[in-house]
Amino acid sequence: MAFVWRGLLQAIELLWQGDAEVLGITLLSLKVSGLATSLSLLIGLPLGTLLALGRFRGRSFLLSLANTGMALPPVVVGLGVSILLWRSGPLGSLRLIYTPAAIVIAQVIIAVPVVTSLTAAALQQLDPRLRLQLLGLGASQIQVVFTLWLEARLPLLAALMAGFGSVISEVGASMMVGGNIRGQTRVLTTAIVLETGKGQFDRAIALSILLLTLTFLVNLGLTLIQQRRPPL
Amino acid sequence: MKRLVDVRGLEVVRAGRTVLSLPRLTIAQGEVLALMGPNGAGKSTLLLAIAGLLPPTRGEIWFAGERLTRRNALALRRRMALVLQEPQLLSTTVWNNVALGLRFRRLPRPEIRQRTETWLERLGIAHLAQRRAGQLSGGEAQRVSLARAFALEPDLLLLDEPFSALDTETRADLIADLRHLLAASGATALLVTHYEEEARQLATRTLRLVDGKPAD
Ligand SMILES: Nc1ncnc2c1ncn2[C@@H]1O[C@H](COP(=O)(O)OP(=O)(O)OP(=O)(O)O)[C@@H](O)[C@H]1O
Ligand SMILES: [Mg+2]
Repeated sequence: MAFVWRGLLQAIELLWQGDAEVLGITLLSLKVSGLATSLSLLIGLPLGTLLALGRFRGRSFLLSLANTGMALPPVVVGLGVSILLWRSGPLGSLRLIYTPAAIVIAQVIIAVPVVTSLTAAALQQLDPRLRLQLLGLGASQIQVVFTLWLEARLPLLAALMAGFGSVISEVGASMMVGGNIRGQTRVLTTAIVLETGKGQFDRAIALSILLLTLTFLVNLGLTLIQQRRPPL
Repeated sequence: MKRLVDVRGLEVVRAGRTVLSLPRLTIAQGEVLALMGPNGAGKSTLLLAIAGLLPPTRGEIWFAGERLTRRNALALRRRMALVLQEPQLLSTTVWNNVALGLRFRRLPRPEIRQRTETWLERLGIAHLAQRRAGQLSGGEAQRVSLARAFALEPDLLLLDEPFSALDTETRADLIADLRHLLAASGATALLVTHYEEEARQLATRTLRLVDGKPAD
């Protein structure tokens, strides 16, 4: 067990020195997963709202599809996106495979069902009569939606955190569509896999600490927003 | 007197069953109509239909000389205010709840402030303005719901059993207050109630529904 302790000390030293490569990997992780989470919010929030409040055929089916999508294995997503972006594949001409953009695409596919599904659950949890009440006070449909979002802000921010959690922690898809190229597509999780494989536990531990700290800070920020008193 | 609401040949089918069938109903300006009848008689259904929140299967609803359609529903809805049996307050302050409908209408800020203040005062809940909705008693919450509706100074108030969850005393207080407010504002109202007493004290006329049809 001594090497764990040693690894921890070396990790602190690495972090203290501000190792340029480690810093670059961390920033890339934050950028890629932050962007993927934002995009999945942009898609998942309206989609989940539609599934929760809309009345159309196939709604339950789509909802169960989104729920299933929450358990989508990242490696399967990685495979699908790889096939699409492969040089000879249907979107191969875009030359996106093994770029950060490819990782973002894969992570959006992973996070959208999470955000969609939890958004729908958050809104369905509200009393359906609240909608009638808001309309009966003169709200337009858009105003109803915004008011319900505000009313469900706690579970909605939880949905966002779950979305971020699902992509910052995944490794399979990033590895497959990003290729773990040093200085280009290496993110925290793929770097941890690599360093561990090489027996470089100090670097692996340092990267893990960074991953946990990053996740903690992002969630802390979101939790602070979540627990703030509402602006309305 | 001028006719504010005119319902003609209204039929509402819900889940395959005709739950409301009303050949004609008019409400004159300034009238307070009590709507009575057993559970499931279609009282709430009628209220929602007039509010434009439940499209009629057949028939027409006219409001202030305009026929209610999908297109003008929002504009007409903004001349009414709905109070439900349970207050359905948002999890924010009492002040914000009372200001809600005024904000939906995008009234100028000073006017929102002034009207919210006025109606908090008139319903005796000014001291609760900064209280969170979750920390109110049932009676207080119902006062907030009423203030929120009155603050809109609507042409038509739609009140669906607003007092049924309250104890006898609170209810008597609120009824007395509501009576003054209705008289003072000259508002037109449709009030669903199960209590003769309430109807007698508040209403100028009573309509009884049974099985979705007017009963005599
Ligand atoms: N969302 C709905 N979907 C289908 N049927 C409904 C719905 N809401 C009410 N109904 C039915 O419509 C009929 C009239 O209901 P409504 O709520 O108008 O009665 P009410 O007179 O307000 O009763 P109460 O005194 O219990 O409030 C009832 O038979 C009820 O089962
Ligand atoms: Mg009812």
